[in-house]
Amino acid sequence: MKRAFAIVLLVLLTLAAAVVVLNFRDEESIDASLPSSPATPEQIARGAYLAQAGNCMGCHTTRDGVPYAGGRGIETPFGTVYTSNLTPDSATGIGRWGPAHFWRALHNGRSRDGHLLYPAFPYTNYTLLRREDSDAIYAYLRSLRPVVQANRAHGLRFPFNTQPALAVWRALYFKPGSSVNDAEQSAEWNRGAYLVQGLGHCNACHGSRNALGATSGTLDLGGGLIPMQNWYAPSLSDPHEAGVAGWQTQQIVDLFKNGVTHGASVLGPMAEVVSGSTQHLSDADLRAMAVYLKALTPTQSESAPPASPSSDLASNRGAKLYEQHCVSCHGDKGEGVPGAYPALAGNRAVTMKSPANLVRIVLEGGFAPSTAGNPRPYGMPPFATTLNNDDTAALLSFVRAAWGNRGSPVSVLEVDRYRGTAK
Amino acid sequence: MNGLSVLFGCGVFIASLCGAESALAFEDSIAQRVQACTGCHGKQGRAASDGYYPRIAGKPAGYLYNQLLNFRDGRRQYPLMTQLVDPLSNAYLQEIAGYFADLDLPYPAPQPATVTPAVLARGEALALRGDSARGIPACAQCHGPALTGVAPAIPGLLGLPRDYLVAQLGAWRTGNRRAASPDCMAEVARALSPDDVSAVSQWLGAQATPAQAKAVAQLPAPLPKPCGGVAMEAQR
Repeated sequence: MKRAFAIVLLVLLTLAAAVVVLNFRDEESIDASLPSSPATPEQIARGAYLAQAGNCMGCHTTRDGVPYAGGRGIETPFGTVYTSNLTPDSATGIGRWGPAHFWRALHNGRSRDGHLLYPAFPYTNYTLLRREDSDAIYAYLRSLRPVVQANRAHGLRFPFNTQPALAVWRALYFKPGSSVNDAEQSAEWNRGAYLVQGLGHCNACHGSRNALGATSGTLDLGGGLIPMQNWYAPSLSDPHEAGVAGWQTQQIVDLFKNGVTHGASVLGPMAEVVSGSTQHLSDADLRAMAVYLKALTPTQSESAPPASPSSDLASNRGAKLYEQHCVSCHGDKGEGVPGAYPALAGNRAVTMKSPANLVRIVLEGGFAPSTAGNPRPYGMPPFATTLNNDDTAALLSFVRAAWGNRGSPVSVLEVDRYRGTAK
Repeated sequence: MNGLSVLFGCGVFIASLCGAESALAFEDSIAQRVQACTGCHGKQGRAASDGYYPRIAGKPAGYLYNQLLNFRDGRRQYPLMTQLVDPLSNAYLQEIAGYFADLDLPYPAPQPATVTPAVLARGEALALRGDSARGIPACAQCHGPALTGVAPAIPGLLGLPRDYLVAQLGAWRTGNRRAASPDCMAEVARALSPDDVSAVSQWLGAQATPAQAKAVAQLPAPLPKPCGGVAMEAQR
């Protein structure tokens, strides 16, 4: 008995030691000093640009709050994580952080005082950043006006609110990395890879997550339902979803820059990304991201079209609802109006496997983002108060099967699942 | 718009393969662009008084613009509104506000009151004379002698659904609806009892809108309290 106990204890201690060791991988001893010389205007400008590429402000700012002062709640399946104050206030912000502390946060996911950070802050991606880029972002944040705003304690459930649980998670799912130049690929592709996998943290939404919220790596852009938000971030490699292998490079650049392009536009969380991030990036960087995304190995998901749609479409309830509510903009052949109302016929957003976004758009409506290239977007009205779940399911099932579309029907249960998740 | 063609969004990216010529009657106008608004606020923004959504046609532009910002910045709570205005620029929101403000459309018939004449009289007294003993100014002191609003930032109170009025006064009392500080309307609403809210909403909802329903240019006397929304508009 005693012996069995000793063995169990030994195993536990070994595992604990492994967790500790794994948590300190690739960490240098920290040089806590503040920079000895002031940052150059060029470095600050570069940092401002990189902060936009990472959309740092998007999460580190509350609605109507001071930019970068933190406090926005990021809802996760494990509770709410509140973002921190990134302004250089010494008591509540990063005023006492040195560039090495900042680098360690991005590269190793640890805070100034050494505590482990939650991966809602996507250091699983930012670990790929180069040191000079980390230093530039640091210099930019230090140039902001300090704002006194204490960080809010996270609202996570047990055991997720403990550092040991986080250490175990990190031992399993986080390994510090670095961007590796692929000599087989062009400089443009490599730059795109660096932006998409690192600062852009695209897989945070466009990749799948396991039960413990871990993504399957920065290379997975195979699509995923965004936890808690219930928007489906479509696969960027699947030609039946949002794969862009068949697009012109310029078309992809336009979508990032303007929020709209020939045959596509962004709504929901991606509108936020275009608004806060991609519209501000240089054409060269957008082109690099486009080149990288175009070159993704195509995958075939379950979104492949199913066989023959039902034949009596014209007389069904969905068709009548379409006639009543949709036809004046989207047309009786689902053809839309170029430049204003999207076509529904042959539209991947309509036919892809997950109906989450379709339900959200019909019920909540929405605008594409105002951008320099599209300052006055058209908008879709919300039908949440007009269409009940049965109506919505019938309407969407019709739209997904009409005019040669071959999407699967949408059930009332699915509509119910995605209704009411608007934040 | 640099050769853009068919647009569609869906959460994230979407592609469609459509080049079909459209047979729809279509003109590139602000009215077409804001159909997202008229779904709830009624054709041309003239929601009738029998529903919930407020009429926006003809309300002062500054008031409408302030409300769009209030929804976007979290001072008003209605998720459908918030997520609609979230991705839009201030310039575009101002244009949208101006478009609806400039519409001059007939008003719907008022809603018959459903309370006793005594309650209605109480509502009328609050609206036109206030209750100085309790520090409650009359609605008319700020919203204009005919309650049709004051340009550019104070809305008219007639032609609105009773349920909407009750909900707004209630939201102001609980802090769920706010305006830029100092929030004069919050102070007034907090001074009202639930019975007051009901009485004044019943009376307002039952008034016919006068033929001349435009917001007046100026109040006969200064505002009884400082109002952040009015000040914000004056600075613009």
